[in-house]
Amino acid sequence: MKGLAIMAAVAAAGFVADWRLGLVLAVWFGAWTLNAGLAEGRGPWVRRVVPLIFGITLLALWEMTVDLFEVNPVILPAPSAIWVQLIDSIPVLWADFVQTFVKGALSGYVLGCGAAIGTAILIDRSPFLQRGLLPVGNFVAALPIVGIAPIMVMWFGFDWHSKAAVVVVMVFFPVLVNMVAGLKATEPMQRDLMATYSASYWQTLLKLRLPAALPFLFNGLKIATTLALIGAIVAEFFGSPIVGMGFRITAEIGRLGLPMIWAEIAVAALAGSAFYGLVALIEKRMTFWHPSQRRQ
Amino acid sequence: MLRSLVPVLTVVAAIVGLWYLAAIWMNATWVYDQAAREGREVMLVDLVTETLHQERPVLPAPHQVAKGLYDGFFGQKVTSKRSLVYHGWVTLSATLLGFVMGSGLGILLAVGIVYNRAMDMSVMPWAIASQTIPILAIAPMIIVVLNSMGVQGIVPKAIISAYLSFFPVVVGMVKGLRAPDGMQLDLLRTYNASAVQTFAKLRLPSSMPYLFASLKVGVAASLVGTIVGELPTGAVAGLGSRLLSGSYYGQTVQIWAALFAAALLAASLVAIIGLAERVVLQRMGLVR
Repeated sequence: MKGLAIMAAVAAAGFVADWRLGLVLAVWFGAWTLNAGLAEGRGPWVRRVVPLIFGITLLALWEMTVDLFEVNPVILPAPSAIWVQLIDSIPVLWADFVQTFVKGALSGYVLGCGAAIGTAILIDRSPFLQRGLLPVGNFVAALPIVGIAPIMVMWFGFDWHSKAAVVVVMVFFPVLVNMVAGLKATEPMQRDLMATYSASYWQTLLKLRLPAALPFLFNGLKIATTLALIGAIVAEFFGSPIVGMGFRITAEIGRLGLPMIWAEIAVAALAGSAFYGLVALIEKRMTFWHPSQRRQ
Repeated sequence: MLRSLVPVLTVVAAIVGLWYLAAIWMNATWVYDQAAREGREVMLVDLVTETLHQERPVLPAPHQVAKGLYDGFFGQKVTSKRSLVYHGWVTLSATLLGFVMGSGLGILLAVGIVYNRAMDMSVMPWAIASQTIPILAIAPMIIVVLNSMGVQGIVPKAIISAYLSFFPVVVGMVKGLRAPDGMQLDLLRTYNASAVQTFAKLRLPSSMPYLFASLKVGVAASLVGTIVGELPTGAVAGLGSRLLSGSYYGQTVQIWAALFAAALLAASLVAIIGLAERVVLQRMGLVR
């Protein structure tokens, strides 16, 4: 109750200072009180509805603020303006998406992750190489690897090949480190069992160690999804053909076409979460046996 | 530690060796072109010496990068526009400012999320979802918009780097503050501990390992954010601008030197946090 009184007081003070500010505050506090009330409730739907209300409230407040205070669209366009822009320029956005995501990020992701998994299996047989490569891999994974983008653009040209190359380098080390850790995840008891079956190295690898490595591998693969998209977009800042998400962002900045940039960012956010969600879904299907995937 | 020294050195030596071979191979085309123009034969010895000492090689050899780094650090006064110390400091200051802002706000939000159910349910799903989004893509826009509002210099870059370090810290810190199990919380309840006491004596201490792990991720992300934030301002100062101007003018050695300077910076920032982590956890008795 005390919280409610404070909120009402702040909103009232806002009305006194400026009715527009008061309106924005009132909507915010109203939505917040609704959420606080809902959050007390039990039920599976609460966990879905509350974040949704929060998101919608933020969008509504954004729209209200831009409209009421007449913010210059060059600084912050309203969500409705962004939506109109998004619908109007679907062909352009689709072309950018194909260039950056499908050609650049996805091909680089597949190549880089494949190479990392292969390398991990290769060095798995040599403890010497593992002890040498793992610290180097961990070290490189913390470095600002996007910085190699200008070099790759010089080597592989402006088209998507250079973007894929950047993505390959970016995703390689996180996946490698996770895969090597995963290949070590079997227990001596399990390996002994395989030995009593007189299983060969490859049989043990295929039937025991690779499945056991999957939870670790997917951890790396999920981190790599975001890195891939970042790599592909940032590499386009250093030079690109006249299509692509990063190119569009830099080009529209020059023309102060803010709605288009926001539309591009919305597409990037959607693509990023969809990509992550897809990998998470595959993980769920393939590692259904793991404790973290069991239903509570 | 010592046991893995030999393997690590072997791997590093192998990388440097491969690098030299790659440099000879990738720079060979230019040498052959030059030789054909002058009408002379290229012997193997000439090939090696000429590929490793070009002005603008496709791939600079390690010693050229090392010389570029040395010149950048010690070749001129630190205030010179060609000094890597100067550019490194420009990048570092923005990174540190952003990192402190981002992780501070992240810790505050995490405390709010842990203690307020409505906040937890409203904000947490978005904080987790935001980790899958290429946030870096909005960096150029933030720079330009703030520029048009008259905000220039260190602040726009710091905002980007704060934004990037914010979410990893929130997620890690929430995990850490929730790390105490029911038994420990019950114990403090039997002591009749207040919420503040529970926070100060149980939740905060047990969150430290998580905090440091996410700070390491956050500081690396901060540095990347600052470097990308330096790209669209027309390459004025900072390691990111060295990368960009190097790629405009084909100065490969400059690009590689800036890249290694950035790598050194990232590695030392992570190492400093790692050191702080070890000291703090040792004082708290969490490491044996």
